[in-house]
Amino acid sequence: MLEVKDISLTFNEATPDEKKALQGINLRLETGDFVTVIGSNGAGKSTMMNVISGALFPDVGDVQINDKKVTMLPEFKRSNYIGRVFQDPMAGTAPAMTIEENLAIAYARNKKRTLRPGVNKKRRELFKSYLASLNLGLEDRLTAKVGLLSGGERQALSLLMATFTEPDILLLDEHTAALDPSRAELITNLTRDVVEKTHLTTLMVTHNMQQALDLGNRLIMMDKGQIILDVSGDEKSNLTIEKLLHEFQRIRGTQMENDRAILG
Amino acid sequence: MFIAIFNAIDSGLIYAIMALGVYLSFRVLDFPDLTVDGSFVTGAAVAAIAIIHDVPTVIATLLAIVAGFLAGCITGILNTKGKINPLLSGILMMTALYSINLRIMGQSNIPLLNQPTVFTQLRGTWGDLGIDQAINNMLISTFGLERTPSTWSILFVMIIITAIIKLCTDFYLKTEVGLALRATGDNEKMIRSFSANTDTLTIIGLGISNALVALAGGLFAQYGGFADLNMGIGMIVIGLASVIIGESLFGTKSIMRTTFAVIVGAVIYRMVVAMALRSTFLDTGDMKLITSVLVITALVVPKLISTHKEVKRKRKKRLELQTRLKGEA
Ligand SMILES: Nc1ncnc2c1ncn2[C@@H]1O[C@H](COP(=O)(O)OP(=O)(O)OP(=O)(O)O)[C@@H](O)[C@H]1O
Ligand SMILES: [Mg+2]
Repeated sequence: MLEVKDISLTFNEATPDEKKALQGINLRLETGDFVTVIGSNGAGKSTMMNVISGALFPDVGDVQINDKKVTMLPEFKRSNYIGRVFQDPMAGTAPAMTIEENLAIAYARNKKRTLRPGVNKKRRELFKSYLASLNLGLEDRLTAKVGLLSGGERQALSLLMATFTEPDILLLDEHTAALDPSRAELITNLTRDVVEKTHLTTLMVTHNMQQALDLGNRLIMMDKGQIILDVSGDEKSNLTIEKLLHEFQRIRGTQMENDRAILG
Repeated sequence: MFIAIFNAIDSGLIYAIMALGVYLSFRVLDFPDLTVDGSFVTGAAVAAIAIIHDVPTVIATLLAIVAGFLAGCITGILNTKGKINPLLSGILMMTALYSINLRIMGQSNIPLLNQPTVFTQLRGTWGDLGIDQAINNMLISTFGLERTPSTWSILFVMIIITAIIKLCTDFYLKTEVGLALRATGDNEKMIRSFSANTDTLTIIGLGISNALVALAGGLFAQYGGFADLNMGIGMIVIGLASVIIGESLFGTKSIMRTTFAVIVGAVIYRMVVAMALRSTFLDTGDMKLITSVLVITALVVPKLISTHKEVKRKRKKRLELQTRLKGEA
């Protein structure tokens, strides 16, 4: 369970560059919720993800995970509960290390790191079986350096690394945006499969409206640091891109200026 | 000639321990740590002062390791907690260590000539075994050498110490903590999202790195028979030279291979310097110049070779294409 209460955050406060990135965000995800997040460029989506993950601290407001207040917990401690995949395929893996070493690092996410070997026979078998579920043949390349993988392969590996330890919260920030359409579809399908299988509580930012409609049980739309639309259940299943755009215009009185969101 | 090379291997193996430390900071942590010039002397100073106060030599050497570890940790704290840039953190610590080292030693030079050292003590027991005579007699009869090394014991212990350190480093870098340490140097954002405290890892990593450097310093003081306030000047370049020479000769395919490359790199470095100094037109003052030229060579030559190969390959391909086109026409 994730709860975001009255979060506000302003960058460069009291300077000419002042930017109110988040203005009173309230959001509650029940365990097993899969929420997609859309919104124009600069709406504050990534900032919200960073506040939840602990990469940024809010000016006011609280973040709770499983009813525990984590607002000021540093990022590395909070990642005990949180799995993340970033937009940049290079960001989620260590390129100079092998596939199995990367998985071993992910394996230790919610455990104490010791002076025992990170990879042993038993774990290698485990990693192999996880990799096999990606259907990319990576299970035969355990000792290949991750820097040699393609962007799509690296992102699939990042997704696996973020999820196989079943974190309490999964944060995905445009994790398919840097990939070509077929690779993006592959990652989208993998995401759907893994969230369905493990019922991870997930927050996924995307610019692709169709993807936001297809995935998850709830959709929120952000604009200018606020959540302006929040639909779930049947209401969400009946949504279409036209309805979404229309809704935006009704609320904001202007057209959504983001072409990428419509085409996506 | 043989003696010169022999001595180069002895001292090269001591430098190899320092080079492994430099490898840990520069390569594994991706942290250009200049503390080395200071912590090498710290190791020498602590070992020397302990020995002249009748501390057993092995314990004196262990104290040097502890001192180096602390120095490295402080550099790490300056960088992570004080948010000072890596280069500057190292320079500040190196500068501070100059005064600290003088405080430790109380004077700028401590001779150890009539003091016991790990090497003289070992040489005592070693001498009783009669191994030196056996090896030397064999060398004289098979190669007709006129001068033979006075003892093989230093080489013997240094091989063992260096091998142990290499194996421990290899093992450590594959443990759960070691993997996190490597990831800290490789992709800090990523490892933080897998709940590793990169600050602590950086501090510990630099601590271990400088512990090895100080160990090398402590051993070098005992090997050379003195500790000197200025013996650390240029150490960082020598360490880097060893890493770069080793890597360009043996590659960086795996950790085990790279640590081996670094050790051999250090020995080769010492050998090249020893040979260069034997020539009539170079003297000890030219050491730094030789070092720089060596590093530049190790950096530039492999690139030149691969570009040359690439150019040749392309030219060949073009020729093939042209002849084929002519054939068709
Ligand atoms: N570190 C920062 N310093 C100053 N301003 C920032 C910083 N990070 C973000 N901003 C600003 O805050 C606003 C929200 O940014 P954010 O990255 O959250 O938007 P987003 O919704 O993720 O947009 P996009 O769809 O382009 O990724 C933007 O106007 C951005 O310029
Ligand atoms: Mg963003």
